[in-house]
Amino acid sequence: MSTTLLIVQTLNGLQLGVLLFLIAAGLTLVFGVMDFINLAHGVQYMLGAYLAVMFYDLTGNFLFALILALGATLAFGLVLEFVVFRHLYDRDHLDQVIATFGIILFLNQGVKILWGASPLSLPMPEALSGSVVLMPGILYPVWRLVIIGSGLGVALILYLLVSHTRVGMLVRAGASNAPMVSALGVDIRRLFMIVFGFGTMLAGFAGIMIAPILSVEPGMGDGILILAFVVIVIGGIGSIRGAFLAALIIGLVDTLGRSFSVDVLRLFMAPSPARTVGPALASMLIYLLMAVVLYVRPAGLFPAKGR
Amino acid sequence: MTDVAAPVTPPTRRGLFAGNALPVVIFLIFAIAPLFAAFNAEAYVLGLVTRVMIFAIAALALDLLIGYGALVSFGHAAFIGLGAYAVGILGSHGINDALISLPVALGVSAMFAFVTGIVCLRTKGVYFIMITLAFGQMAFFTASSLAPYGGDDGLTIRMRSTFAGFPILANDRALYYVTLACLLGAYLLCRSLVASRFGRVYRGARENALRMGTIGFEVYRFQLVAYVIAGALGGLSGFLLGNATEFVSPAYMSWQRSGELLIMVIFGGMGTLIGAIIGAAAFLLTEEWLAGVTEHWKVIFGPLLVLVAVFARGGLIGVAQKLRGLFRG
Repeated sequence: MSTTLLIVQTLNGLQLGVLLFLIAAGLTLVFGVMDFINLAHGVQYMLGAYLAVMFYDLTGNFLFALILALGATLAFGLVLEFVVFRHLYDRDHLDQVIATFGIILFLNQGVKILWGASPLSLPMPEALSGSVVLMPGILYPVWRLVIIGSGLGVALILYLLVSHTRVGMLVRAGASNAPMVSALGVDIRRLFMIVFGFGTMLAGFAGIMIAPILSVEPGMGDGILILAFVVIVIGGIGSIRGAFLAALIIGLVDTLGRSFSVDVLRLFMAPSPARTVGPALASMLIYLLMAVVLYVRPAGLFPAKGR
Repeated sequence: MTDVAAPVTPPTRRGLFAGNALPVVIFLIFAIAPLFAAFNAEAYVLGLVTRVMIFAIAALALDLLIGYGALVSFGHAAFIGLGAYAVGILGSHGINDALISLPVALGVSAMFAFVTGIVCLRTKGVYFIMITLAFGQMAFFTASSLAPYGGDDGLTIRMRSTFAGFPILANDRALYYVTLACLLGAYLLCRSLVASRFGRVYRGARENALRMGTIGFEVYRFQLVAYVIAGALGGLSGFLLGNATEFVSPAYMSWQRSGELLIMVIFGGMGTLIGAIIGAAAFLLTEEWLAGVTEHWKVIFGPLLVLVAVFARGGLIGVAQKLRGLFRG
């Protein structure tokens, strides 16, 4: 368990946490403000990655691809909201689960038809593709630092938007009591649409940023969706602050758990059972954490007020 | 004391659905299906309908939770997996007798339901959905890391369970009728459970847990018992699935599978029990049919689910009732 590895893995954990935050932010707002369970949030992330690959092939420029893909995911999210989701806002959670599950099936298969089942890759911008020396002996890829930086930047912007603008105030009010906001004369449908579109775009952004270091393939959003749900439940549904902290906790716990579980178990176990138990425990760790958090605080760490 | 729960009368339904006509018809269809199958592609039809009935058992159990207790479990596939792994793991150690593996399958899944239920039932609503999902994922990852038993790749079950030494499940038709008997048993159990005094308290807790608590029932215990029963039924379904497919893998416990179970229940109509069976049949047969039409069947199936969610409130049973209402004016 060397210090070098610890530092590198901590940074990797931070990068996963930031990525999770980008996805969870939209999810928690949609969930908190509209009381809507959107299982299809993960496929928006996948779609962001695919659209970036497509636009990169067209333009040959990462920045153009980023901007175009962001616009396209936003547009797609708004279309989905208009066609499907707005009919389900005042429905039972179960209806929402079925409908969004159906959208997952459709889009996962849809990208398979359009782009094939084999994984694609998105080249990262030339200037940011190298590594930097963080400390003597520690090289770290620049792109991962860019992801961390841009995620923290988005978090800051979100914080300013949510706590210092009028729309943000309405969003917060909506998270704690949507019918009351509506009764006070706010066009709640339009607010929903803004929140939804914005959330979709953030998920798409996460997909675009991670595409250069992961393979872009059908179903890539399914696993991360569940992680994002874990994040928003631990953080408290509807709370951006909670989502941010929980995302970093989950990212760090998951990454460090996977790297060091065997080593830690070896301290008080024979090496061979440690090698078997370690990976199992590592992949369960965050769910264990979630169960414990919910047992102690059934509404998450930072419940949005009024619910 | 029994009078206390009596005033909570079940919602009355009129016409066909009040009586037993629909369940009787459905079970009759299951009973005579193999006769028709004998004319062509017997193995295929038997296999498919056996699969339908196996998932119907799990869907019934889930309906007991979501339809009657408003306990939306998003991790119910875990119990199927536990039941199937009980068969697989015991089988790999040379223990193939159902007299051992069936009690183990039921016991392990009931135990898992008991332990996780203690934690899960502390939470409500959306948080309950998420925490059951979390436990389902834990079961999934545990199964994936069982390296001696195949890990991610799963485990082949070399022979079907025997019963006191007799290979009664070896024949597909025998397995079919054993599954049918299990489904019928599970259905009757759930029905009598829902109608019993226990069931009235349990359903009362769905309507208003606070009120049930105030009149002296410890709601939590009733819900826990229901959760354990539903878990054990899931284990039964898994035991049969392991035997039918002669294979078990972590994919049996994936969250997508839990989602499919939810869809079956909602598709058929929640809180009707028979709806869960219809839903399982409708889901699996539609899937099978579309998969035969095109390789990209999910592109059709996905929007179909969206349409069901948006337009078919109350599932197939609900739609049927609405149509009957229209015809009668």
